[in-house]
Amino acid sequence: MQVKPSGTLDEYLAPVTIEEAARALADGRASVLAGGTDLMLQAANGRTPYRGRLVNIRRIAELRGAAITGGRVRIGALTTVTDILNHAELAKAVPVLRQTADKFASNQIRNMATIGGNICNASPAGDMIIPLLALEAEVELASWDGAKIRTREVALEKFFTGPGRTVMERGELLTAVSFAVPEAGHRVRFAKSGPRPALEISTVSAAFAATCKDGVTTNVRIVLGAVAPTPIRARSAEALMEGAECSGDLAARAAKAAAGEISPIDDVRASAWYRTHLTEVFVRRLIEDVCHG
Amino acid sequence: MPTVSMTVNGKEVSAEVETRTLLVQFLRDHIGLTGTHVGCDTSQCGACVVHVDGKALKSCTRLAVQCEGASVTTIEGLAANGALHPMQQAFHENHGLQCGFCTPGMIMSAVDMVERLGNKLDEKTIRQELEGNICRCTGYHNIVKSIAAGAEAMK
Ligand SMILES: Cc1cc2nc3c(=O)[nH]c(=O)nc-3n(C[C@H](O)[C@H](O)[C@H](O)COP(=O)(O)OP(=O)(O)OC[C@H]3O[C@@H](n4cnc5c(N)ncnc54)[C@H](O)[C@@H]3O)c2cc1C
Ligand code: FES
Ligand code: FES
Repeated sequence: MQVKPSGTLDEYLAPVTIEEAARALADGRASVLAGGTDLMLQAANGRTPYRGRLVNIRRIAELRGAAITGGRVRIGALTTVTDILNHAELAKAVPVLRQTADKFASNQIRNMATIGGNICNASPAGDMIIPLLALEAEVELASWDGAKIRTREVALEKFFTGPGRTVMERGELLTAVSFAVPEAGHRVRFAKSGPRPALEISTVSAAFAATCKDGVTTNVRIVLGAVAPTPIRARSAEALMEGAECSGDLAARAAKAAAGEISPIDDVRASAWYRTHLTEVFVRRLIEDVCHG
Repeated sequence: MPTVSMTVNGKEVSAEVETRTLLVQFLRDHIGLTGTHVGCDTSQCGACVVHVDGKALKSCTRLAVQCEGASVTTIEGLAANGALHPMQQAFHENHGLQCGFCTPGMIMSAVDMVERLGNKLDEKTIRQELEGNICRCTGYHNIVKSIAAGAEAMK
């Protein structure tokens, strides 16, 4: 067996604190390794060549684990998909994260894959990203400015700039993702489609969030994955539903509007036509599930 | 080149490796444990599944250096004193293999499945849990049978 990753790898570091990691990344000539389930494959096929120094962040204990404090959920970048699946408190507060984790790859991949890696990989089909956008999450970034740690927060919706591209600067580390605990009655659901139920990159994924009270929908968020260069919010479909009475053909109309907001591609997984069709079906079903379920 | 030390099947091992050396290459080429197979080296097929610190993972997607200080169990570590592990015995008895290429990974995933989910595994659970392991020969039927029997026998 011969695996020859692209790029050079002449240094390996395994820092145990955020500061050590930020310093190791500061010159922009390092690759961050979390679970490696994207990076190792992309380095092998040439898409993301190694940058010379490999910084394995997995030993930074403060980056792992999820906690709910003061009405906010904060999930450390190194929290694995398995951790999310097993986190009882998190599952109770935001069931959609466990629901999504359950549809993610297979057990052996879930054990390695981190939520930070899923976000930083910036695939339009990244599954964990979809419910996080519906929860209006933001990410925390840290870097070394030469003398101290510099941090900033970015709304997840503003984070992605294209397939595999984000606003993150070289040398920045994603440390956590956080969002407000949804208000009582606010429900969030996720759906994904692929030829197989598991171990599959989504051909279309979607999340729908809303509060349906006294027959009226508010706080509507519709997120679509794998149908545009980045995951997107279907804003005009959201506007159509916001404050509307959830009856009659509202779900069908909103689903049609959402399908009109996407820019899908033809590829080996599905044609653009099929992606459009799936988007409409998924959004309609999710709305019916949340509003009438 | 970095030196990496870990425990493999209860034995301390240590070697100088290139950073890019995968755990599976380390196991096969550096310490001669060729029971762990490589089918795809893209994390899909599951032929390379081993346990690292008690968790099943794909050793083609992990660098040896990442396993510094870790405890690794491979298929060779299951049989104790020459006696087959109950899961190995169950695959043998239920014809859970044909060419055998996928078998080490199947068995490592199966043992992990029992450790997480217990000794009573129904067909649906087993099939769902095998989502990370691919077999080109058997059609899975006897693998599922083997795992159910092996799970019982592991009590
Ligand atoms: C067989 C298989 C099945 C898969 N199935 C799914 C699926 O069902 N759904 C899905 O969404 N994905 C799937 N994936 C893709 C992958 O597992 C996920 O995207 C995973 O969450 C990536 O996390 P990681 O920790 O492995 O990231 P890594 O591979 O370690 O990193 C990914 C990228 O992000 C960067 N990075 C990672 N963490 C940070 C950080 N904290 N700060 C800055 N940069 C960082 C890395 O440098 C790299 O460029 C699958 C992959 C495989 C191989
Ligand atoms: S060789 Fe590792 S999953 Fe196929
Ligand atoms: S027995 Fe041949 S691949 Fe499974």
